[in-house]
Amino acid sequence: MKISIERGTLLKAVAQAQSVVERRNTIPILANVLIEAEGDSVQFRATDLDIEVVDSAPAQVERAGATTVAATTLHEIVRKLPDGALVTLTADSATGRLTVEAGRSNFSLATLPKEDFPVMASSEYQSNFTANAAVLRRLFDKSKFAISTEETRYYLNGVYMHVADSPEGGKVLRCVATDGHRLARIDSELPAGAEDMPGVIVPRKTVGELRKLVDDDEMDIAVSVSETKVRFATPEITLTSKVIDGTFPDYTRVIPQGNNRRLEVDASEFAQAVDRVATVSSERSRAVKLQLDEDKLVLSVNAPDSGAAEEELAVAYGDERLEIGFNAKYLLEIASQVDRENAVFMFNSAGDPTLMREGNDQSAVYVVMPMRV
Amino acid sequence: MPALCRDCLSMLNNQRRCPDCGSPRVKVHPELFDLTIAHMDCDAFYASVEKRDNPELADKPVIIGGGRRGVVSTACYVARIRGVRSAMPMFKALALCPDAVVIKPRMSAYAEASKQIRAMMDELTPVVEPLSLDEAFMDLGGTARLHGAPPALMLARLVKRMKDELGLTGSIGLSHNKFLAKVASDLDKPRGFSVIGKTETAEFLHDRPVRLIWGIGPAGQESLEKAGIRTFADLLRWDQEALTARFGSMGYRLWHLARGQDKRRVSAHDPIKSISNETTFFEDTANPDVLDGHLWRMAEKVSGRAKARGLAGRVVTLKLKQSNHKLLTRRISLRDATQMADTIYRQARALFDQLGDHGPYRLLGCGLSDLCSEDEADKSGDLLDPGATQRSGAERATDDIRRRFGSDAIVKGRALR
Repeated sequence: MKISIERGTLLKAVAQAQSVVERRNTIPILANVLIEAEGDSVQFRATDLDIEVVDSAPAQVERAGATTVAATTLHEIVRKLPDGALVTLTADSATGRLTVEAGRSNFSLATLPKEDFPVMASSEYQSNFTANAAVLRRLFDKSKFAISTEETRYYLNGVYMHVADSPEGGKVLRCVATDGHRLARIDSELPAGAEDMPGVIVPRKTVGELRKLVDDDEMDIAVSVSETKVRFATPEITLTSKVIDGTFPDYTRVIPQGNNRRLEVDASEFAQAVDRVATVSSERSRAVKLQLDEDKLVLSVNAPDSGAAEEELAVAYGDERLEIGFNAKYLLEIASQVDRENAVFMFNSAGDPTLMREGNDQSAVYVVMPMRV
Repeated sequence: MPALCRDCLSMLNNQRRCPDCGSPRVKVHPELFDLTIAHMDCDAFYASVEKRDNPELADKPVIIGGGRRGVVSTACYVARIRGVRSAMPMFKALALCPDAVVIKPRMSAYAEASKQIRAMMDELTPVVEPLSLDEAFMDLGGTARLHGAPPALMLARLVKRMKDELGLTGSIGLSHNKFLAKVASDLDKPRGFSVIGKTETAEFLHDRPVRLIWGIGPAGQESLEKAGIRTFADLLRWDQEALTARFGSMGYRLWHLARGQDKRRVSAHDPIKSISNETTFFEDTANPDVLDGHLWRMAEKVSGRAKARGLAGRVVTLKLKQSNHKLLTRRISLRDATQMADTIYRQARALFDQLGDHGPYRLLGCGLSDLCSEDEADKSGDLLDPGATQRSGAERATDDIRRRFGSDAIVKGRALR
């Protein structure tokens, strides 16, 4: 194999590949990226056995062929090469080395045979549809903060993507994530062809990798879903991932229906105030107390070890007096999801889950569990 | 020479028998009223509590420990005469002392007694460092003016009060640092009162074995012996560099201890790092129901101890020993610290379910670590487990009932398996 490729193009492709590769690896081949050159393009393929990413880039292929090299090493080299350099990759099957040449730099890297590289088995997808990058970005960006890291409830370690009934009627494409303390439920219009999509739990790492595919608003992403796998593809990059083998809990009964104490507040003012008073809260519990009175919200923290803080905000509130505590981090996270309108909180009692949404928009709903203060 | 009657607490001068009450229990020591660092160690604590609560046991050999397969946790002095020792396997203890009354530990009773003793110690000084339920260091430096009496007298009063009010006896070691105070409390058990003064320190240690040092177990002894160190006199022949080079930071400490120097302060704030409980089964078992019952009981014990101390933890640990003595441990970090038996049990149970191993096991244990105050614990519920709030309410109610009517007043069916 011998190819020449522009440094910027190569860096982008290798960067995507090496981010999939696990840092602590016990199987040597999994640390490698599979490079396959054919026609006028080259493919970079990396996997951790759960996720596979294939990135193709245009290249001048002098001699077709394939080999594998350590993904992080190749990435580091390419990253350090000067911008605009033309990089030549030459695999020498006799010595088992891959030569990387750019200008006056010359590297020789150990390779492993391409036959050893585990290529993810292709599978039948029950559902294939196209979704706009901006839509997918919103669905996952607004839900991923609530993904759990708890190992015992592994089925919460991802975003549950499924088709659901919209609160306004009809069907929607919905993403839900929760860790038991907070929950995010994000809806978007159901893309054509997605009606029969099975619900899948997309693992946290896949959500992170997907993020790199959906930066461009104009881009259309081909989505394929089966009971066991999910695939997101742009013309250059294909991301295939196993889904979490588990049942996502029935989240609908978690979303409070009867909360009727309504607080409306400017989300960024609210977030800043929470952040300020939380400065004195104890490092670990980060408890903030909300005292609600007519059109007045008092945020306070009382940490015996470090001090106390209080801040008053003008808000819209017309219901009974209420005192309720929350983890400041959770409040900040959900408040930061609000970007267009005021944040609307719906409370019940100090012990019940609280609901938050943006204005009257039902397409993004957050639930947060209070804490004793 | 300063002297003290340990029965009527009269301060004397070099008398061997108390002129006031006639007691021979008089402590005479040149530095008696000058020393301030003390170690109090209860005598056969668990067994003493049992004997106190059941006077019929008074003259019988009593062993506290679990099951035939367990080990001796405490042996009373009657059993000790027959050769029974702590940490001895139960079958061996029963071979030496077949008529022994074996009692399963009642931790809540011991914790209660410990709390009462602790309250008495707190009256002597704010600087009390408990090492376990039945022993603690105290620094009485600067308290003589407050109490109008030297530390030695206050300590003698403490053990007298323990005996009179709680029916429990303890031994006192009084010296000028923690190391020597702890050594001293062990010299004259039970109901001992030993003093190691500054001037006699070197002479006292000289021929004693280094295993006297707290923290030097059989393995430590062996590595010291390899270096030709058996007694403190052997240690004195080494210079500091050589000891440090050979034994690391322990060598540095050894050099000082060899000279009777121990700079560690008695620290009331040295927090306990973990709470755990384990049980060795009567016979190895792989029965999930039996294991589940044990797991619940262990979780309840850990929770009980955490609650008694006002503590909670963020890490739950599950420990299992397979039939071949191979140890399996699993741990999980919680977002919200807990002291609830229900939460500890459920987390440990989840760890158990994920083991991918089916036993049989000979031991099961459960622990709580990364501790914090209970004020920071169990603050928020779980969205996905709405029953948790009710279960925790039920657990608090159970705790109240047990406080009023005894620990057996109410138990879960799960605990009977």
